[in-house]
Amino acid sequence: MHLEGSAWKFGDNIDTDVIIPARYLNTSDPAELAKHCMEGADPAFAGKVQPGDIIIGGNNFGCGSSREHAPLAIKGAGVSCVIARTFARIFYRNAFNIGLPILECPAAVEGIRTGDRVAVDAAAGKIKNLSTGAEFEAKPIPPFMREIIAAGGLIEHVKRKVAK
Amino acid sequence: MGMTITEKILARAAGRDRVAPGELISARVDAVLGNDITAPLAIREFEKIGVERVFDKDRVYLVPDHFTPNKDIKSAEQAKEMREFARRQGLTYYFEVGRMGIEHCLLPEQGLVGPGDVIIGADSHTCTYGALGAFATGVGSTDLAAAMALGETWFKVPESVKFVYEGELPEWVGGKDLILYTIGDIGVEGALYQAMEFTGPAIANLSMDGRFTMANMAIEAGAKNGIIAPDIRTLEYVQGRTIRPFELFASDPDAVYARTITYDVSKIEPQVAFPHSPDNTRPVTEAGRVEIDQVVIGSCTNGRMEDLRLAARVLERRRVHAGVRLIVIPGTQEIYRQAMEEGLLAIFIQAGAAVSTPTCGPCLGGHMGVLARGERAVATTNRNFVGRMGHPESEVYLTNPAVAAASAVLGRIAHPGEVV
Repeated sequence: MHLEGSAWKFGDNIDTDVIIPARYLNTSDPAELAKHCMEGADPAFAGKVQPGDIIIGGNNFGCGSSREHAPLAIKGAGVSCVIARTFARIFYRNAFNIGLPILECPAAVEGIRTGDRVAVDAAAGKIKNLSTGAEFEAKPIPPFMREIIAAGGLIEHVKRKVAK
Repeated sequence: MGMTITEKILARAAGRDRVAPGELISARVDAVLGNDITAPLAIREFEKIGVERVFDKDRVYLVPDHFTPNKDIKSAEQAKEMREFARRQGLTYYFEVGRMGIEHCLLPEQGLVGPGDVIIGADSHTCTYGALGAFATGVGSTDLAAAMALGETWFKVPESVKFVYEGELPEWVGGKDLILYTIGDIGVEGALYQAMEFTGPAIANLSMDGRFTMANMAIEAGAKNGIIAPDIRTLEYVQGRTIRPFELFASDPDAVYARTITYDVSKIEPQVAFPHSPDNTRPVTEAGRVEIDQVVIGSCTNGRMEDLRLAARVLERRRVHAGVRLIVIPGTQEIYRQAMEEGLLAIFIQAGAAVSTPTCGPCLGGHMGVLARGERAVATTNRNFVGRMGHPESEVYLTNPAVAAASAVLGRIAHPGEVV
């Protein structure tokens, strides 16, 4: 899976209220949520982000609420991938469940700045900063998570299980 | 080699003798939970799976508590979607407005969660039930959907961190202060992917309400679950209350922990978490002069009887400061009724507070107490992220209910001793 776009870099502990404030949670339509994506950190983000763009976070990206609306808003905004040093555990799980590729890679977080062009091979965990030529290896995705991705998300995975 | 209480509960649910941290396991769940924000999404995903019925109509709990009584048309549509699903599936435990409560206050109170249970909820504060010696953790809507269909889910077994609380609690210091102090010490990612196990003499002496508060905020340190081994106090709470038989687990003496952290609680003062992070804590005496516009006493963190009694003790025969709005929200209808019978509601109303039906509204800036630009609130809630209670340029300070009540009286962050 080849992903490519411009990087948008944020700091540590980007929480779910920053990603999608609760006042917008009276809907779960990804297109509606996308209009307010990252509003708490950068109110202009939703208007500037382009399809394929990549979010770079620091430590504990996605901490806070269990709301799946957070990865849905990011996916709805056209973001192709999130790379962070670490992810909060519920966000990590939710992102896989809805099919938003995410990678843990401290070196890439150091080596990518906002505006850099970034290419990602999510399955192989390879990240390249096209603006600087630097290459990074993300932590491998656990085999079980890869099964979920291969099935097309958790619901497809469960469908197969139920069908058996 | 011994196992922790978390490992033992997960091993049993996975039908195994033992599990080790880092393992991926499939475990049956005793119950699953959704609310009016997370359930609609879960219901839509559930319907894609192609099963007719939920795995057990007695084990899927739905509680409309976030935007209810509905704040607008869209939230009414969401609540309706959940209500109709509950009817269609014949769910036993759907709680309508007027009979409901804030989910994490309601489920323990109604005996719907018990020691040894494995529970997932599409709400991050599901970890509250760890106070009963259950393994309880928050998940998203898709995980909830899958578990509603299968009655099982997968977990990565977490490592455990042991927190030992020694000594006696000073006056005005309770569960909220212990957990804020702990999060302040280890940070909001201090227990990322881990289980927080709370032990020690101060925990043994802590009320159930105080224990719920501590387990509730484990997620604010990034933990997968918070847990307290059941003891006499737990048994007194659950006996005659739980709807299902329960099983008691405790960590083995030789259980392996990622680390052990010990605190002397006698040195801990009431804590304040400053904006915009629950780990930005300091003792209330070092808060300086912080003038405030609003105080909220309630939420799944501190909306229980003990919390209301503490607030009433501070507010009795006193008035809320002219420049402050005080909102008091009992966690459940039952707490509301009991507070009425004990005369607490009269104290709040005479002090000049607004008393509300149970709702999560203000905690997440949903409704019933949203802040304007530049406003400051003291709240007994669990998060003070940017924009959490309203405008991105508003501020939330987290405290225990006594500090919140004292702050309401003085119009600034205050120690309860300044008022009582």
